[in-house]
Amino acid sequence: MRLWLPLLIVVLWLLLALFGPWLPLLPDHIELTRILLPPGVHAWLGYDDLGRALADRVIVGARFSFFVSILVVSVSVVIGTFVGASSAYIGGRLDHVVVRIIDIFLAFPGILLAIALAGLLGPGLSNVVIALSIVGWVGFARLSRAQVLSLKNREHVQAAVVLGAGKFRIIVRHLLPLIAAPLIIESTFAIAGIVIAEAGLSFLGLGIQPPTPSWGSMIRDGTRYMLVSPHMVLVPGIALMLVVLAVNMLGDRLRDWMDVRIK
Amino acid sequence: MLNFLLSRLFSALIVILGVSTLVFMLIHIVPGDPVEVMLGESSQVADREALRHALGLDQSLLSQMAHYFNGLLHFDLGQSLHSKRPIIDVLLERIPATAELAVAGLLVAVLIAFPLGMIAAVRRDSAWDSGAMFFSMFGISVPNFWMGPLLILFFSLWLGWFPVSGRENLASLVLPALTLGTAMAAILSRMVRASLLEVLGEDYIRTARAKGMSERIVLVHHALRNAMLPVITLLGLQLGTLLGGAVITEIVFSWPGVGQLTIDSINRRDYPVVQACILLISLAYVVINTLTDLVYAWLDPRIRLEEGR
Repeated sequence: MRLWLPLLIVVLWLLLALFGPWLPLLPDHIELTRILLPPGVHAWLGYDDLGRALADRVIVGARFSFFVSILVVSVSVVIGTFVGASSAYIGGRLDHVVVRIIDIFLAFPGILLAIALAGLLGPGLSNVVIALSIVGWVGFARLSRAQVLSLKNREHVQAAVVLGAGKFRIIVRHLLPLIAAPLIIESTFAIAGIVIAEAGLSFLGLGIQPPTPSWGSMIRDGTRYMLVSPHMVLVPGIALMLVVLAVNMLGDRLRDWMDVRIK
Repeated sequence: MLNFLLSRLFSALIVILGVSTLVFMLIHIVPGDPVEVMLGESSQVADREALRHALGLDQSLLSQMAHYFNGLLHFDLGQSLHSKRPIIDVLLERIPATAELAVAGLLVAVLIAFPLGMIAAVRRDSAWDSGAMFFSMFGISVPNFWMGPLLILFFSLWLGWFPVSGRENLASLVLPALTLGTAMAAILSRMVRASLLEVLGEDYIRTARAKGMSERIVLVHHALRNAMLPVITLLGLQLGTLLGGAVITEIVFSWPGVGQLTIDSINRRDYPVVQACILLISLAYVVINTLTDLVYAWLDPRIRLEEGR
């Protein structure tokens, strides 16, 4: 498959997220004469049930999905890698406990724990980030633990031990660079996953609250008007799907390119 | 084999204990006073204290925990704040709908994934292969809260083939099962393909071909059986994603299962019910995964012998 198309979509997503605030967008502006207007020459992507421009709302929604996913994945990578790598390197009882904790977190199916956390913490942007990060670090902890376990007895690590390097230094200088490639690839797929999860929480009414637009809550609003105005559910859904598809395809390509096999 | 069985059951038990503890702690992450959140700001002080006492929140954390685990052992999950009924009764009503949806979703996933993955593997690098893999990528990237509305739009509103929502008859199961099944089919078909490709490169496959067996027999009798092993493990793991996805799918289709109960209870701030739902779905997942592991060991003698040594 061609690479330029997914790349273009991701770059567009990034630019809209970063420079959206400087665009003349009116996501909350209501035009009563344009309620449920379908996409057309003068209407771009059409208008929603309150007469708000869907194009403006999708772009603002892009900003939230981008920052939530980048933030959650960053937090998850840092915490997960720290826990997983040090647990594997230090080993012993600590590793035993960490493995159990990872198992317990992985026992919550899919998005369920995030739903529970977001539901009980209450809605809002920061609670979404907290809920998704509490769930997200586990995958990285498991991955980095497995990677470090397979590397910790390599000769260059033993050489560093003999030369008197401390545990922290060995993990950061001698092990992390070697496990960077799988972590980067996992992060790419995690970004796609978090974009879906954030939209999913918003769809359930547990995420970013109205009137702030999120792709998930826009889809939910759209489902109520599907018979008369299918564009309300199609527009945010297509935006979401394109971004996730593009990020996943880049991740796939990255994996082939870096030649890494992740179990 | 006995050793393997015992060690597997032991770790399942630890996970179950951990999951229960985590679910127990959930009520304590509610910001502020959970009792005030549940009853609303305008509630009477006497009512609040009564609920606090009923939930045991006025006791020490340790005695709360003892009470909670004692209740679990007796299948006593407390009372719903909304309906005032025992939570276990409310849950039992909802389980059949969710189980039905999950099994139907799994069936859809398997029926799509196996033919697709096999075609992709046998016709490697052909248009079939890239088509199947693009479908798979597509399926992974379309969340079920958008897939559901799309299916409703086409098959209910435009074509009128299936009902929009509810759980009336078999026809109302079709769209929810498709929604839930396609995402899993996407991941599963990739696994079937990869696993089959690996097996097809083995020596004994070459031997079977050299003996003049038909390609169909080589594929079905020789390759597929061994290729199934890793797929079964993935199937068990993916059931978790399936169960999590069922929560959202139930909301999309107003399917009266445990997932809908979870979200409704979150919105009603009926937190004891929320806890019970999360616990039930997670424990179901742990049990399924443990069973998958045992089936896997039973199918593959290499594993049970290695662990038993």
